Amino acid sequence: MLNVGKIEEGYVLDHIQAGKSFALYEHLQLARLDYPVAIIKNAKSNKMGKKDILKIECDLDSIDLDVLAIIAPNITVNTIKDGEIVEKKELTLPKQIRNVIRCHNPRCITSIEQELPHVFVLADEEKKIYRCKYCEEKYSESSR
Amino acid sequence: MRHLMSPLDFTTEELDRLFDLANDIEKHPAKYAHACDGKILATCFYEPSTRTRLSFESAMTRLGGRVIGFSDAASSSASKGESVSDTIRIISCYADICAMRHFKEGAPMVAAEKSGIPVINAGDGGHQHPTQTLTDLLTIRTMKGRLSGFTVGLCGDLKFGRTVHSLINALVRYEDIHFIFISPEELRVPDYITDMLRTRGIPFEEVIRLEEVMPRLDLLYMTRVQKERFFNEEDYVRLKDFYILDRNKMKLAKEDMLVLHPLPRVNEISVEVDNDPRAAYFKQAQYGVYVRMALILTLLEIKG
Repeated sequence: MLNVGKIEEGYVLDHIQAGKSFALYEHLQLARLDYPVAIIKNAKSNKMGKKDILKIECDLDSIDLDVLAIIAPNITVNTIKDGEIVEKKELTLPKQIRNVIRCHNPRCITSIEQELPHVFVLADEEKKIYRCKYCEEKYSESSR
Repeated sequence: MRHLMSPLDFTTEELDRLFDLANDIEKHPAKYAHACDGKILATCFYEPSTRTRLSFESAMTRLGGRVIGFSDAASSSASKGESVSDTIRIISCYADICAMRHFKEGAPMVAAEKSGIPVINAGDGGHQHPTQTLTDLLTIRTMKGRLSGFTVGLCGDLKFGRTVHSLINALVRYEDIHFIFISPEELRVPDYITDMLRTRGIPFEEVIRLEEVMPRLDLLYMTRVQKERFFNEEDYVRLKDFYILDRNKMKLAKEDMLVLHPLPRVNEISVEVDNDPRAAYFKQAQYGVYVRMALILTLLEIKG
Protein backbone atom coordinates (compact mmCIF):
# COMPACT_ATOMS: atom_id res chain seq x y z
CA MET A 1 0.00 0.00 0.00
CA LEU A 2 1.22 3.42 -1.01
CA ASN A 3 1.74 5.84 1.87
CA VAL A 4 1.14 9.53 1.55
CA GLY A 5 1.80 11.64 4.61
CA LYS A 6 -0.76 13.56 6.61
CA ILE A 7 -1.48 17.17 5.79
CA GLU A 8 -1.61 19.86 8.44
CA GLU A 9 -4.20 22.14 6.89
CA GLY A 10 -6.33 21.77 3.81
CA TYR A 11 -8.74 19.28 2.29
CA VAL A 12 -8.90 15.57 1.64
CA LEU A 13 -11.33 14.70 -1.12
CA ASP A 14 -12.26 11.07 -0.57
CA HIS A 15 -14.45 8.52 -2.33
CA ILE A 16 -13.77 9.95 -5.78
CA GLN A 17 -14.80 7.53 -8.50
CA ALA A 18 -11.63 5.75 -9.68
CA GLY A 19 -10.04 7.62 -12.57
CA LYS A 20 -11.88 10.90 -11.96
CA SER A 21 -9.31 12.63 -9.77
CA PHE A 22 -7.56 14.35 -12.69
CA ALA A 23 -10.86 15.83 -13.84
CA LEU A 24 -11.42 17.23 -10.34
CA TYR A 25 -7.86 18.54 -10.27
CA GLU A 26 -8.57 20.42 -13.47
CA HIS A 27 -11.98 21.74 -12.41
CA LEU A 28 -10.48 23.10 -9.20
CA GLN A 29 -7.72 24.69 -11.31
CA LEU A 30 -5.09 23.33 -8.93
CA ALA A 31 -2.39 23.51 -11.61
CA ARG A 32 -2.54 27.30 -11.36
CA LEU A 33 -2.02 27.29 -7.60
CA ASP A 34 1.18 26.65 -5.74
CA TYR A 35 -0.22 24.22 -3.18
CA PRO A 36 1.19 20.75 -2.52
CA VAL A 37 -1.29 18.23 -3.96
CA ALA A 38 -1.29 14.44 -3.77
CA ILE A 39 -3.32 12.50 -6.29
CA ILE A 40 -3.93 8.92 -5.25
CA LYS A 41 -5.39 6.74 -7.95
CA ASN A 42 -7.08 3.37 -7.64
CA ALA A 43 -6.78 3.11 -3.85
CA LYS A 44 -8.58 0.13 -2.29
CA SER A 45 -12.03 0.91 -0.99
CA ASN A 46 -14.46 -1.32 0.88
CA LYS A 47 -17.38 0.76 -0.33
CA MET A 48 -16.33 1.35 -3.91
CA GLY A 49 -13.79 -1.36 -4.73
CA LYS A 50 -11.42 1.24 -6.13
CA LYS A 51 -11.39 4.96 -5.53
CA ASP A 52 -9.30 8.06 -6.05
CA ILE A 53 -8.26 10.51 -3.32
CA LEU A 54 -7.04 14.09 -3.61
CA LYS A 55 -5.09 15.70 -0.78
CA ILE A 56 -4.60 19.42 -0.97
CA GLU A 57 -2.41 21.25 1.53
CA CYS A 58 -3.78 24.79 1.50
CA ASP A 59 -5.22 27.60 3.56
CA LEU A 60 -8.84 26.81 4.37
CA ASP A 61 -11.34 28.59 2.13
CA SER A 62 -8.60 29.51 -0.33
CA ILE A 63 -10.17 27.29 -2.97
CA ASP A 64 -13.80 27.14 -4.03
CA LEU A 65 -14.94 23.56 -3.70
CA ASP A 66 -18.62 24.18 -4.43
CA VAL A 67 -18.17 23.29 -8.07
CA LEU A 68 -17.68 19.70 -6.86
CA ALA A 69 -21.33 19.65 -5.80
CA ILE A 70 -22.17 19.48 -9.50
CA ILE A 71 -19.41 17.37 -11.02
CA ALA A 72 -18.82 14.96 -8.13
CA PRO A 73 -21.77 15.19 -5.72
CA ASN A 74 -21.07 11.89 -3.94
CA ILE A 75 -17.50 12.48 -2.78
CA THR A 76 -16.53 13.13 0.83
CA VAL A 77 -14.80 16.42 1.56
CA ASN A 78 -12.79 16.37 4.80
CA THR A 79 -11.56 19.66 6.17
CA ILE A 80 -8.18 19.26 7.92
CA LYS A 81 -6.77 21.58 10.58
CA ASP A 82 -3.73 20.85 12.75
CA GLY A 83 -3.50 17.44 11.10
CA GLU A 84 -7.01 16.39 12.18
CA ILE A 85 -10.35 16.12 10.40
CA VAL A 86 -12.39 18.98 11.83
CA GLU A 87 -15.35 18.88 9.50
CA LYS A 88 -17.06 16.86 6.81
CA LYS A 89 -17.71 19.78 4.53
CA GLU A 90 -21.18 20.16 3.04
CA LEU A 91 -21.01 21.39 -0.51
CA THR A 92 -23.56 24.01 -1.56
CA LEU A 93 -24.72 24.28 -5.12
CA PRO A 94 -23.40 27.49 -6.67
CA LYS A 95 -26.03 29.85 -8.11
CA GLN A 96 -24.09 30.14 -11.34
CA ILE A 97 -21.22 28.20 -12.85
CA ARG A 98 -18.99 29.35 -15.64
CA ASN A 99 -17.00 27.15 -18.00
CA VAL A 100 -17.26 24.06 -15.81
CA ILE A 101 -19.88 22.12 -17.69
CA ARG A 102 -20.75 22.64 -21.34
CA CYS A 103 -24.07 23.08 -23.08
CA HIS A 104 -24.60 20.21 -25.50
CA ASN A 105 -27.74 21.57 -27.11
CA PRO A 106 -26.80 21.76 -30.81
CA ARG A 107 -29.36 24.55 -31.26
CA CYS A 108 -27.71 26.74 -28.56
CA ILE A 109 -25.77 29.85 -29.53
CA THR A 110 -22.82 28.53 -27.49
CA SER A 111 -22.35 25.92 -30.24
CA ILE A 112 -21.25 28.57 -32.77
CA GLU A 113 -20.38 31.84 -31.03
CA GLN A 114 -16.64 32.28 -30.61
CA GLU A 115 -15.28 32.36 -27.07
CA LEU A 116 -18.70 32.54 -25.47
CA PRO A 117 -18.50 31.22 -21.90
CA HIS A 118 -20.68 28.23 -21.01
CA VAL A 119 -22.75 29.59 -18.14
CA PHE A 120 -25.27 27.51 -16.19
CA VAL A 121 -27.75 28.90 -13.70
CA LEU A 122 -29.22 26.97 -10.76
CA ALA A 123 -32.89 26.70 -11.75
CA ASP A 124 -34.13 24.32 -9.04
CA GLU A 125 -32.06 23.91 -5.89
CA GLU A 126 -34.14 21.04 -4.52
CA LYS A 127 -33.92 18.96 -7.68
CA LYS A 128 -30.36 20.16 -8.42
CA ILE A 129 -31.30 21.35 -11.88
CA TYR A 130 -29.00 23.67 -13.80
CA ARG A 131 -30.03 25.30 -17.04
CA CYS A 132 -27.91 26.94 -19.71
CA LYS A 133 -28.13 30.70 -19.32
CA TYR A 134 -28.70 31.15 -23.06
CA CYS A 135 -30.96 28.31 -24.27
CA GLU A 136 -32.27 27.10 -20.86
CA GLU A 137 -31.52 23.49 -21.77
CA LYS A 138 -31.34 21.35 -18.65
CA TYR A 139 -27.90 19.99 -17.79
CA SER A 140 -27.86 16.29 -17.21
CA GLU A 141 -25.04 13.90 -16.46
CA SER A 142 -25.86 11.88 -19.60
CA SER A 143 -25.38 14.92 -21.83
CA ARG A 144 -21.77 15.40 -20.73
CA MET B 1 -31.40 50.15 -20.48
CA ARG B 2 -33.82 47.23 -20.79
CA HIS B 3 -34.13 44.41 -23.27
CA LEU B 4 -36.90 41.88 -23.92
CA MET B 5 -35.72 38.28 -23.96
CA SER B 6 -38.71 36.47 -22.42
CA PRO B 7 -42.30 37.48 -21.69
CA LEU B 8 -41.47 37.00 -18.02
CA ASP B 9 -38.95 39.85 -18.13
CA PHE B 10 -41.86 42.18 -17.40
CA THR B 11 -43.89 42.01 -14.22
CA THR B 12 -47.67 41.76 -14.61
CA GLU B 13 -47.90 45.43 -13.55
CA GLU B 14 -45.42 46.40 -16.27
CA LEU B 15 -47.38 44.33 -18.77
CA ASP B 16 -50.57 46.16 -17.76
CA ARG B 17 -48.86 49.48 -18.48
CA LEU B 18 -47.59 48.15 -21.82
CA PHE B 19 -51.06 46.93 -22.79
CA ASP B 20 -52.68 50.20 -21.66
CA LEU B 21 -50.26 51.99 -23.95
CA ALA B 22 -51.02 49.59 -26.82
CA ASN B 23 -54.76 50.20 -26.36
CA ASP B 24 -54.18 53.95 -26.35
CA ILE B 25 -52.18 53.63 -29.59
CA GLU B 26 -55.09 51.70 -31.11
CA LYS B 27 -57.55 54.43 -30.12
CA HIS B 28 -55.38 57.46 -30.91
CA PRO B 29 -52.86 56.49 -33.61
CA ALA B 30 -52.26 60.09 -34.69
CA LYS B 31 -50.94 60.94 -31.22
CA TYR B 32 -48.06 58.50 -31.76
CA ALA B 33 -47.40 59.07 -35.47
CA HIS B 34 -44.23 61.08 -34.76
CA ALA B 35 -43.25 59.61 -31.40
CA CYS B 36 -40.15 57.97 -32.91
CA ASP B 37 -39.14 60.69 -35.40
CA GLY B 38 -35.40 60.43 -35.95
CA LYS B 39 -35.17 56.97 -34.36
CA ILE B 40 -33.97 53.85 -36.19
CA LEU B 41 -35.00 50.24 -35.63
CA ALA B 42 -32.59 47.56 -36.88
CA THR B 43 -34.31 44.29 -37.79
CA CYS B 44 -31.56 41.66 -37.66
CA PHE B 45 -33.22 38.51 -38.96
CA TYR B 46 -30.78 35.63 -39.30
CA GLU B 47 -33.62 33.43 -40.51
CA PRO B 48 -36.55 34.50 -42.61
CA SER B 49 -39.82 35.39 -40.90
CA THR B 50 -41.84 37.69 -43.05
CA ARG B 51 -44.75 38.34 -40.70
CA THR B 52 -42.75 39.08 -37.57
CA ARG B 53 -40.29 41.28 -39.46
CA LEU B 54 -43.04 43.20 -41.26
CA SER B 55 -44.93 43.60 -37.98
CA PHE B 56 -41.86 45.24 -36.41
CA GLU B 57 -41.29 47.37 -39.51
CA SER B 58 -44.91 48.43 -39.57
CA ALA B 59 -44.75 49.28 -35.84
CA MET B 60 -41.68 51.50 -36.20
CA THR B 61 -42.95 53.15 -39.38
CA ARG B 62 -46.29 53.95 -37.72
CA LEU B 63 -44.33 55.63 -34.92
CA GLY B 64 -42.53 57.86 -37.43
CA GLY B 65 -39.20 56.04 -37.15
CA ARG B 66 -37.11 54.35 -39.80
CA VAL B 67 -36.02 50.78 -40.28
CA ILE B 68 -32.76 49.21 -41.43
CA GLY B 69 -31.75 45.56 -41.37
CA PHE B 70 -31.38 42.24 -43.07
CA SER B 71 -33.82 39.41 -43.55
CA ASP B 72 -31.66 36.30 -43.66
CA ALA B 73 -28.20 35.23 -42.53
CA ALA B 74 -26.93 34.95 -46.11
CA SER B 75 -27.30 38.70 -46.63
CA SER B 76 -25.62 39.58 -43.32
CA SER B 77 -22.03 39.54 -42.15
CA ALA B 78 -22.81 36.22 -40.41
CA SER B 79 -22.17 34.61 -43.80
CA LYS B 80 -18.57 35.88 -43.45
CA GLY B 81 -18.35 34.33 -40.01
CA GLU B 82 -18.95 37.40 -37.85
CA SER B 83 -20.13 36.64 -34.33
CA VAL B 84 -23.41 37.92 -32.91
CA SER B 85 -21.40 39.84 -30.28
CA ASP B 86 -19.49 41.75 -32.97
CA THR B 87 -22.54 42.34 -35.14
CA ILE B 88 -24.54 43.93 -32.31
CA ARG B 89 -21.64 46.22 -31.39
CA ILE B 90 -21.73 47.53 -34.96
CA ILE B 91 -25.54 47.70 -35.12
CA SER B 92 -25.48 49.71 -31.86
CA CYS B 93 -23.63 52.44 -33.82
CA TYR B 94 -26.27 52.48 -36.55
CA ALA B 95 -29.61 52.14 -34.78
CA ASP B 96 -31.44 53.05 -31.56
CA ILE B 97 -33.14 49.70 -30.99
CA CYS B 98 -32.78 46.21 -32.45
CA ALA B 99 -35.21 43.35 -33.07
CA MET B 100 -33.28 40.12 -33.55
CA ARG B 101 -34.43 36.75 -34.81
CA HIS B 102 -31.85 33.97 -34.84
CA PHE B 103 -31.90 30.25 -35.56
CA LYS B 104 -29.71 29.61 -32.48
CA GLU B 105 -31.31 29.63 -29.04
CA GLY B 106 -29.99 32.37 -26.78
CA ALA B 107 -28.48 34.47 -29.57
CA PRO B 108 -30.50 37.61 -28.69
CA MET B 109 -29.30 37.27 -25.09
CA VAL B 110 -25.69 37.24 -26.28
CA ALA B 111 -26.52 40.36 -28.30
CA ALA B 112 -28.13 42.04 -25.29
CA GLU B 113 -25.01 41.44 -23.18
CA LYS B 114 -22.83 43.33 -25.67
CA SER B 115 -25.32 45.83 -26.98
CA GLY B 116 -25.39 49.59 -26.49
CA ILE B 117 -29.08 49.68 -27.49
CA PRO B 118 -32.19 47.78 -26.36
CA VAL B 119 -32.53 44.35 -27.96
CA ILE B 120 -35.87 42.61 -28.55
CA ASN B 121 -35.87 38.86 -29.00
CA ALA B 122 -37.94 38.34 -32.15
CA GLY B 123 -37.64 34.55 -31.89
CA ASP B 124 -34.63 32.36 -31.13
CA GLY B 125 -34.92 28.84 -32.50
CA GLY B 126 -37.40 26.75 -30.55
CA HIS B 127 -36.75 28.74 -27.39
CA GLN B 128 -38.64 32.02 -26.93
CA HIS B 129 -40.82 34.29 -29.02
CA PRO B 130 -41.86 36.89 -26.46
CA THR B 131 -43.54 39.40 -28.77
CA GLN B 132 -45.92 36.63 -29.92
CA THR B 133 -46.85 36.02 -26.29
CA LEU B 134 -47.33 39.73 -25.66
CA THR B 135 -49.54 39.78 -28.76
CA ASP B 136 -51.59 36.86 -27.42
CA LEU B 137 -51.99 38.49 -24.01
CA LEU B 138 -52.94 41.87 -25.46
CA THR B 139 -55.54 40.21 -27.73
CA ILE B 140 -57.08 38.35 -24.80
CA ARG B 141 -57.02 41.35 -22.48
CA THR B 142 -58.50 43.69 -25.08
CA MET B 143 -61.23 41.35 -26.30
CA LYS B 144 -62.12 39.88 -22.90
CA GLY B 145 -61.27 42.80 -20.66
CA ARG B 146 -59.14 40.71 -18.31
CA LEU B 147 -56.35 38.14 -18.10
CA SER B 148 -57.65 36.09 -15.20
CA GLY B 149 -60.52 33.65 -14.64
CA PHE B 150 -60.37 31.55 -17.80
CA THR B 151 -60.57 27.95 -18.88
CA VAL B 152 -57.93 27.89 -21.59
CA GLY B 153 -57.77 25.12 -24.18
CA LEU B 154 -54.49 24.66 -26.00
CA CYS B 155 -54.82 22.40 -28.97
CA GLY B 156 -52.49 20.66 -31.42
CA ASP B 157 -48.74 20.31 -31.16
CA LEU B 158 -48.14 21.06 -27.49
CA LYS B 159 -44.76 19.35 -27.38
CA PHE B 160 -42.76 21.45 -29.82
CA GLY B 161 -44.86 24.61 -29.96
CA ARG B 162 -42.83 27.35 -28.29
CA THR B 163 -45.74 29.82 -28.49
CA VAL B 164 -47.81 27.41 -26.40
CA HIS B 165 -45.12 26.97 -23.73
CA SER B 166 -44.53 30.67 -23.58
CA LEU B 167 -48.24 31.47 -23.25
CA ILE B 168 -48.68 28.93 -20.44
CA ASN B 169 -45.73 30.45 -18.56
CA ALA B 170 -47.21 33.90 -18.99
CA LEU B 171 -50.78 32.95 -17.99
CA VAL B 172 -49.81 31.14 -14.77
CA ARG B 173 -49.05 34.54 -13.26
CA TYR B 174 -52.76 35.41 -13.37
CA GLU B 175 -55.52 34.26 -11.01
CA ASP B 176 -57.94 31.40 -11.60
CA ILE B 177 -56.59 29.92 -14.83
CA HIS B 178 -57.57 26.35 -15.70
CA PHE B 179 -55.70 24.70 -18.58
CA ILE B 180 -57.02 21.97 -20.84
CA PHE B 181 -54.35 20.47 -23.08
CA ILE B 182 -55.76 18.88 -26.20
CA SER B 183 -53.26 16.87 -28.19
CA PRO B 184 -52.36 13.43 -29.48
CA GLU B 185 -50.31 11.30 -27.09
CA GLU B 186 -47.16 11.94 -29.16
CA LEU B 187 -47.44 15.71 -28.88
CA ARG B 188 -48.35 16.17 -25.22
CA VAL B 189 -47.13 19.19 -23.32
CA PRO B 190 -43.62 18.53 -21.88
CA ASP B 191 -43.22 17.22 -18.35
CA TYR B 192 -41.39 20.30 -17.12
CA ILE B 193 -44.55 22.31 -17.77
CA THR B 194 -46.94 19.88 -16.09
CA ASP B 195 -44.46 19.60 -13.18
CA MET B 196 -44.47 23.38 -12.86
CA LEU B 197 -48.29 23.49 -12.89
CA ARG B 198 -48.50 20.78 -10.20
CA THR B 199 -45.93 22.59 -8.04
CA ARG B 200 -47.87 25.83 -8.32
CA GLY B 201 -51.22 24.12 -7.74
CA ILE B 202 -52.64 25.24 -11.08
CA PRO B 203 -55.37 22.91 -12.39
CA PHE B 204 -54.94 21.25 -15.77
CA GLU B 205 -56.37 18.37 -17.77
CA GLU B 206 -54.99 16.46 -20.73
CA VAL B 207 -57.42 15.15 -23.33
CA ILE B 208 -57.19 13.73 -26.83
CA ARG B 209 -60.37 15.04 -28.48
CA LEU B 210 -61.26 18.68 -28.90
CA GLU B 211 -65.05 18.06 -29.04
CA GLU B 212 -65.05 16.62 -25.52
CA VAL B 213 -64.02 19.88 -23.91
CA MET B 214 -65.19 22.51 -26.38
CA PRO B 215 -68.29 23.61 -24.37
CA ARG B 216 -66.15 24.46 -21.34
CA LEU B 217 -63.57 26.66 -23.02
CA ASP B 218 -63.32 30.44 -22.68
CA LEU B 219 -60.24 30.59 -24.93
CA LEU B 220 -59.03 28.14 -27.55
CA TYR B 221 -55.44 28.46 -28.72
CA MET B 222 -54.95 26.43 -31.88
CA THR B 223 -51.65 25.22 -33.31
CA ARG B 224 -50.82 23.07 -36.27
CA VAL B 225 -50.31 19.32 -35.99
CA GLN B 226 -47.59 18.50 -38.46
CA LYS B 227 -47.56 15.15 -40.17
CA GLU B 228 -43.80 14.70 -39.69
CA ARG B 229 -44.22 14.75 -35.90
CA PHE B 230 -46.02 11.39 -35.96
CA PHE B 231 -44.36 8.03 -35.76
CA ASN B 232 -46.50 6.56 -38.48
CA GLU B 233 -48.92 7.61 -41.19
CA GLU B 234 -51.73 5.50 -39.73
CA ASP B 235 -51.80 7.45 -36.47
CA TYR B 236 -51.68 10.74 -38.31
CA VAL B 237 -54.64 9.83 -40.50
CA ARG B 238 -56.57 8.54 -37.49
CA LEU B 239 -55.99 11.63 -35.36
CA LYS B 240 -55.63 14.60 -37.65
CA ASP B 241 -59.34 15.46 -37.83
CA PHE B 242 -59.53 15.73 -34.05
CA TYR B 243 -57.40 18.84 -34.34
CA ILE B 244 -59.10 20.60 -37.22
CA LEU B 245 -61.45 23.31 -36.06
CA ASP B 246 -64.53 23.60 -38.25
CA ARG B 247 -68.05 24.99 -38.07
CA ASN B 248 -69.43 21.86 -36.42
CA LYS B 249 -66.96 21.99 -33.56
CA MET B 250 -67.59 25.73 -33.18
CA LYS B 251 -71.30 24.94 -32.63
CA LEU B 252 -70.29 23.22 -29.39
CA ALA B 253 -68.43 26.27 -28.08
CA LYS B 254 -69.60 29.09 -25.83
CA GLU B 255 -70.92 32.15 -27.61
CA ASP B 256 -68.14 34.32 -26.29
CA MET B 257 -65.22 31.88 -26.64
CA LEU B 258 -62.22 33.28 -28.50
CA VAL B 259 -60.19 31.31 -31.03
CA LEU B 260 -56.53 32.32 -31.20
CA HIS B 261 -53.73 31.06 -33.42
CA PRO B 262 -50.14 32.31 -33.74
CA LEU B 263 -50.39 31.92 -37.57
CA PRO B 264 -49.57 30.90 -40.22
CA ARG B 265 -52.63 28.69 -40.33
CA VAL B 266 -52.49 25.79 -42.76
CA ASN B 267 -55.55 23.58 -42.48
CA GLU B 268 -56.07 23.27 -38.73
CA ILE B 269 -58.74 25.96 -38.80
CA SER B 270 -61.20 25.59 -41.61
CA VAL B 271 -61.72 28.84 -43.56
CA GLU B 272 -65.45 28.56 -42.79
CA VAL B 273 -64.59 29.61 -39.21
CA ASP B 274 -62.92 32.86 -40.35
CA ASN B 275 -66.16 34.86 -40.40
CA ASP B 276 -67.28 33.60 -36.99
CA PRO B 277 -67.20 36.55 -34.56
CA ARG B 278 -65.28 34.34 -32.12
CA ALA B 279 -62.35 33.96 -34.56
CA ALA B 280 -59.71 36.33 -33.19
CA TYR B 281 -56.63 35.21 -35.10
CA PHE B 282 -56.56 37.94 -37.72
CA LYS B 283 -57.22 40.59 -35.05
CA GLN B 284 -54.24 39.08 -33.23
CA ALA B 285 -51.99 40.13 -36.12
CA GLN B 286 -53.27 43.70 -35.74
CA TYR B 287 -52.66 43.65 -31.99
CA GLY B 288 -49.17 42.36 -32.77
CA VAL B 289 -48.37 45.70 -34.36
CA TYR B 290 -49.85 47.71 -31.47
CA VAL B 291 -47.96 45.73 -28.85
CA ARG B 292 -44.69 46.10 -30.77
CA MET B 293 -45.32 49.86 -31.04
CA ALA B 294 -45.89 50.01 -27.28
CA LEU B 295 -42.79 47.90 -26.69
CA ILE B 296 -40.55 50.10 -28.85
CA LEU B 297 -41.79 53.22 -27.02
CA THR B 298 -41.30 51.55 -23.63
CA LEU B 299 -37.78 50.30 -24.32
CA LEU B 300 -36.76 53.63 -25.86
CA GLU B 301 -38.33 55.35 -22.82
CA ILE B 302 -40.36 57.65 -25.05
CA LYS B 303 -43.51 59.07 -23.49
CA GLY B 304 -46.50 59.06 -25.82
